Amino acid sequence: MPGDGSLEQLKREGRIVVVGASLAGLRAAETLREKGFAGSLTMIGDEPCEPYDRPPLSKQVLLGRASADRTALPRLRSVDATWRLGSPATGLDMAARRVRLADGDEVPYDRLLIATGVRARRWPNEAEAELDGVFSLRTRDDSAALARRLDAGPKRVLVIGGGFTGSEIASACRERDLPVTVTERGAAPLVGALGGVVGAVAAEMQREHGVDLRTGVMVTALEGDASGRVRAAQLSDGTSVEADVVVVSLGALRNTEWLAGSGLGAGPRGIACDAGCRAFDIRGIVTDDVYAAGDVARCPHPLFGYQFLSLEHWGNAVSQARIAAHNMLSESTDRLPHMEVPSFWSSQFGVNIKSVGIPSMGTEILIAQGSLTDHRFLGVYGYQGRVIGAVAFDHGRWLPFYQELIESTAPFPPTFATVDRRPEGQRPLDADFPDPSVPTHGPTVTLSGYSPADRRMTFTPAH
Amino acid sequence: MVRIAVDLNRCQGYAQCAFLAPEIFAMHGDEALLYDPEADDAPREKLDRAAAACPVQAILVDAVEPGGLEPGAADAPAEGVSRAR
Repeated sequence: MPGDGSLEQLKREGRIVVVGASLAGLRAAETLREKGFAGSLTMIGDEPCEPYDRPPLSKQVLLGRASADRTALPRLRSVDATWRLGSPATGLDMAARRVRLADGDEVPYDRLLIATGVRARRWPNEAEAELDGVFSLRTRDDSAALARRLDAGPKRVLVIGGGFTGSEIASACRERDLPVTVTERGAAPLVGALGGVVGAVAAEMQREHGVDLRTGVMVTALEGDASGRVRAAQLSDGTSVEADVVVVSLGALRNTEWLAGSGLGAGPRGIACDAGCRAFDIRGIVTDDVYAAGDVARCPHPLFGYQFLSLEHWGNAVSQARIAAHNMLSESTDRLPHMEVPSFWSSQFGVNIKSVGIPSMGTEILIAQGSLTDHRFLGVYGYQGRVIGAVAFDHGRWLPFYQELIESTAPFPPTFATVDRRPEGQRPLDADFPDPSVPTHGPTVTLSGYSPADRRMTFTPAH
Repeated sequence: MVRIAVDLNRCQGYAQCAFLAPEIFAMHGDEALLYDPEADDAPREKLDRAAAACPVQAILVDAVEPGGLEPGAADAPAEGVSRAR
């Protein structure tokens, strides 16, 4: 709809459909209303409940300090929407501008926002995945079920995968004094997202808190007893671990299968879109009426060489949803790029971990403040002579300063002096990220260039 | 019942909220914050004070009632707006 008054008509009486009723979908809907959209708004969600917040599910809820069914997101304004909850979208007809639902209904749209997010990667062996006591953690039902089982006092919890979610689960278990084993195929926990130097600190934290941490190993099989309850896991080093609760924490898969055959540029790495959140079709041509936001979107980022980034971050979902909503109602010259610097947090083993920028793009790290041995430090990541990311362990208040360095492409190693720089922070170290050809669990940023061939990529499970 | 989310990217661990509404907010370690995502009606006043006192304005609280969420139902119109951010 070019500048012929049709935009005003869209705002007045258009139909906007949002597929995905979680954080990104809700914040987009609120922004659409805030920007004066008065037409019909339909929210489509696969889960039967209203939008809820996920970060508490691996923290407060597992600690028994909050209930999984009580993490609904606060409403910042009325969205006056028609909610189609519990009926997942199953198809998209771009030519007819319709979304198909599992119950057979078709919902027509003038503008479509796709915010279908990701889901937990399941244990690849179907029979083993079905064993009683095998969990994953993504939804509120997952969290409620796992919390119930932890309440019952299992003999040992096995967490498969030492990414952020897996580490938070292990932390909650130790805080509840439950024996826990973590297996990680990389050299250390968090290694995919933060590299080996910081991963070594994460490993130390786990062991100091009594986690039986096994690195460089994979779980090759889960064993059940006669009544179908999980009882043990076989590891690739020939050992086994007896556990009556197993949490599969092997990262996430993007929910794009429902778009197969639609002609949209969607695949295992997400939905390719431009910096303004407009989705590409498989020919690499940008669409005018289909937008994407949140974990499922993959956008070129001006600060990072216009590489296409997929970010599984709470803050990214919020800011990208707002940009997408704004752009859906704007003339082309009024559109805004999604330029927010990536940032995320995690708390585990009593330490607050926060990050800005893209640590996993870094090749070097400099401990600019504090000390690795104290588990309180600020690490700056460098890439080709510039500051590209930073991570803080209980040093979060300094991050806005480092964010400015990233935004201004400041030189690396940084030239400023700090009051608390230790001898180990005098020179950069190799950040020690795993060889990209060896997948590790739980990196929260995917970097890649866009190619229409991506949609033919297939994921090969690690196990 | 009031729903709460804290933007923990923003949160700097000033702990004002933990002093003003300890029923809802608590520090966990030196810097991390834990909170009850759905607080009961009773401490709403305290909650509002805690949200207002946050130096980085990281606390998000219901500004409107969500209204009907049954499949096919429409939201209730905006009312009871207290403090939209």
